[in-house]
Amino acid sequence: MSPAPADSSAHALELRKVVKTFGAVVALRSGTLALDNGSIHALVGENGAGKSTLVKIIAGLYQPDSGEFLLNGEAVGFSSTAQAKAAGIAVIYQEPTLFPDLTVTENIFMGRQPLRSFGRIDRKAMHTEAIALFDRLGVRINPDRPARGLSIADQQIIEIAKAISLDARVLIMDEPTAALSGVEVDRLFAVARSLRDEGRALLFISHRFDEVFALCDVVTVMRDGSYIATEKIADTDVDTIVRQMVGRDVADLFPKQEATIGDVVLDVRNLTSAGIFDDITFQVRSGEIVGLAGLVGAGRSEVARSVFGVDGYDSGAVTLAGTRVPGHNPAAAMRAGLALVPEDRRKEGLVIGASVAENLTIAIRQRLAAGGLFITGRRENEASRVWASRLEVKSSALDAEVGTFSGGNQQKVVLAKWLATEPKVLIVDEPTRGIDIGTKAEVHRLLSQLAGEGMGILMISSELPEVLGMADRVLVMREGRITATIDRKDASAESVMRAATGAAA
Amino acid sequence: MNSLRRVTRARETGILLAFLLVVIVTTAKNPAFVFSPDGFRDLLVTPMLVLLIAVGEAMVIITRNVDLSVGSVIGLTAYTAGTLFKYTDIPWPLVALIAVAGGAVLGAVNGLLISIAKVPSLVITLGTLYAFRGINVLWTGSNRINSTDIPNDFQGIGTAQLIFIPVITVIAAVVLVLAAWYLRNIRGGREFYAIGSDPDAANLYGLKVGRRVLLAFIVSGTLAGLAGVLYVARYGTVDSQAGSGFELQAVGAAVIGGVAIFGGVGSVWGAAIGAMLLLTINRALPVLGIQDFWQQAVVGALIIGAIVLDRVLALRQARRLTVMEDSA
Repeated sequence: MSPAPADSSAHALELRKVVKTFGAVVALRSGTLALDNGSIHALVGENGAGKSTLVKIIAGLYQPDSGEFLLNGEAVGFSSTAQAKAAGIAVIYQEPTLFPDLTVTENIFMGRQPLRSFGRIDRKAMHTEAIALFDRLGVRINPDRPARGLSIADQQIIEIAKAISLDARVLIMDEPTAALSGVEVDRLFAVARSLRDEGRALLFISHRFDEVFALCDVVTVMRDGSYIATEKIADTDVDTIVRQMVGRDVADLFPKQEATIGDVVLDVRNLTSAGIFDDITFQVRSGEIVGLAGLVGAGRSEVARSVFGVDGYDSGAVTLAGTRVPGHNPAAAMRAGLALVPEDRRKEGLVIGASVAENLTIAIRQRLAAGGLFITGRRENEASRVWASRLEVKSSALDAEVGTFSGGNQQKVVLAKWLATEPKVLIVDEPTRGIDIGTKAEVHRLLSQLAGEGMGILMISSELPEVLGMADRVLVMREGRITATIDRKDASAESVMRAATGAAA
Repeated sequence: MNSLRRVTRARETGILLAFLLVVIVTTAKNPAFVFSPDGFRDLLVTPMLVLLIAVGEAMVIITRNVDLSVGSVIGLTAYTAGTLFKYTDIPWPLVALIAVAGGAVLGAVNGLLISIAKVPSLVITLGTLYAFRGINVLWTGSNRINSTDIPNDFQGIGTAQLIFIPVITVIAAVVLVLAAWYLRNIRGGREFYAIGSDPDAANLYGLKVGRRVLLAFIVSGTLAGLAGVLYVARYGTVDSQAGSGFELQAVGAAVIGGVAIFGGVGSVWGAAIGAMLLLTINRALPVLGIQDFWQQAVVGALIIGAIVLDRVLALRQARRLTVMEDSA
């Protein structure tokens, strides 16, 4: 019955039913994985399936709450990244972390530079070794230049060079190809295969199925923080994997109210920001919820920020209810009737040290001020009470500090803050990330209710069930472009996932 | 060829040239600025106390921290040494050692508060700047140590020469060379730069960030202690305000010398030359007939100019690298 094979001594690295929670949020419900020497293992799953948490546990960055972690059949528990590294585990993260001021060579060898007499660093040997490493990888990077200003692709290469120089037995690559060009990917694969042939164990996390099938020997699928299945690549296909990734009945979870869909309120045309997103065109009608799906890094939040004016854009136009909204001017966007509930609520959405009432009225202070100047606590409380009660923000007193609230209640305060501006169009970015199930349902109910009252809503979400359950229409972005527009009746986990990953349809 | 280019490109070279320019111009106006026994001595000795703490300060700043307490550490250690001279018969080398060790302890207090309590060093050392000085005032009151309290052979250090180089200068030079050697050639030294360049990445690398930062503060405290001992030897009198204001000169010297205030960049050579420039300018301006109240402004302009220069150089380097990549 146990999904993990019984013979543990054969595995280079094995996790069994590993659990990790952060407060009330379960990041990893049951992480199970077995890596073998001389094999490239793929780990796939939706955003939020628990892959990153799993990687961070292997890397020693997180300590699991329960479960087993075996290395060559022996139980281990890392309390630091240094211990994991010493045990022969190298992790190449999605966003490499290099020391920008130091040279490429120093970045590779930091903390374990070759030495000569008196413990002096042997710069010559270090330099030669760095060049040898880059030759082996087949890349040309000046080993003496500082890391600052290197492209993500080059930074990845340096991380890989570092892992190779460490002679790591287990290599974890967290979406290493996301920023590489075609040629670079081919080169990386050649290196990965040669490392496999040397008998190392590799874990390859990718959203690109073509890469998984081209490179890997075994694939493990995760969903909602749990292990789903492990299969040999030869014994499976894209359809099976996609089904395993999403496999659940989504329609029942998010009962969406019927709303009358009216005229276009938000009209975005040919919005382009060089290198970030390209030629984005879409409309949101009143009473409509438009889902914006895609993988992390597809450019969804960036589009939202540009539409709202937090960031600028190079060309294109944003029109709200017939009036052109000037670019790079959030205040004008707010006046026109736009509201944005950002992704990172602690950083961008809330004044953590301030009270609930202050947070709720921060966006409408001008309207509240008596004679345009003075804001009384009473007016602030009156205005905020309306929204707080409507959202059922559980706060005995409105003057409690927001920072002390749970994630769910914080999110509701942010929502209430923007709703108090009475927008025509509401943009919500990951409205339910990191909130418990109960509050999630409340947020969904509220969004649906607002649409019913005629508000247009653009909802960015990485959670497929949420998008499928809530949206009247789903826009799918991949690598800075809208790759599909799918109507509610045609939207399925498979169709959205295909458009988001670019899997051969 | 390569190493010659490195020298001419180095940030330190510019500051050294500025220093030489100041010396040459001032000497042209008044040859006694260099070509007299006193002038030569002052040139070499006056900057040395600030140079010592600037070396420690540079090591701290390279780790993306700052130590504002060094002036107060000088005060406490100088008064400790003076008191031991006055009331005990402990031989002077042991007194010096005790005072230096005291500086190390005060540095460790800073370092432990920062790495354990995880409070920014700016806040902690601003606190200890006042706390250490407060203890000093409480202890000293209106007393002072006079040169009659201090053994002659110890005071001799303040004026002694090795061939024709003052001993204080020799001591500072030895410290400078050791610190520079450590930062350039030893793994732990390179980690100072790594930590200052990106503390999060340093944690991810498994570097012992807390331990290195603690070490930086101990070094800074120790050098301030040494400066305190040399303060007694050079000036012969110690009151409760000894060394006050030195901390800002140390930070200023480091910044002028090209140590980036956000860490990761710079060298103790730069900080040392910065200290030479800063204190020599102070002596040169009166010789050049520049009015008193302009002198502070010149120092300020120097610091701001150094920061602007660094920014321009960084931008230029970034552009050069981009061009290189495009043509590659």
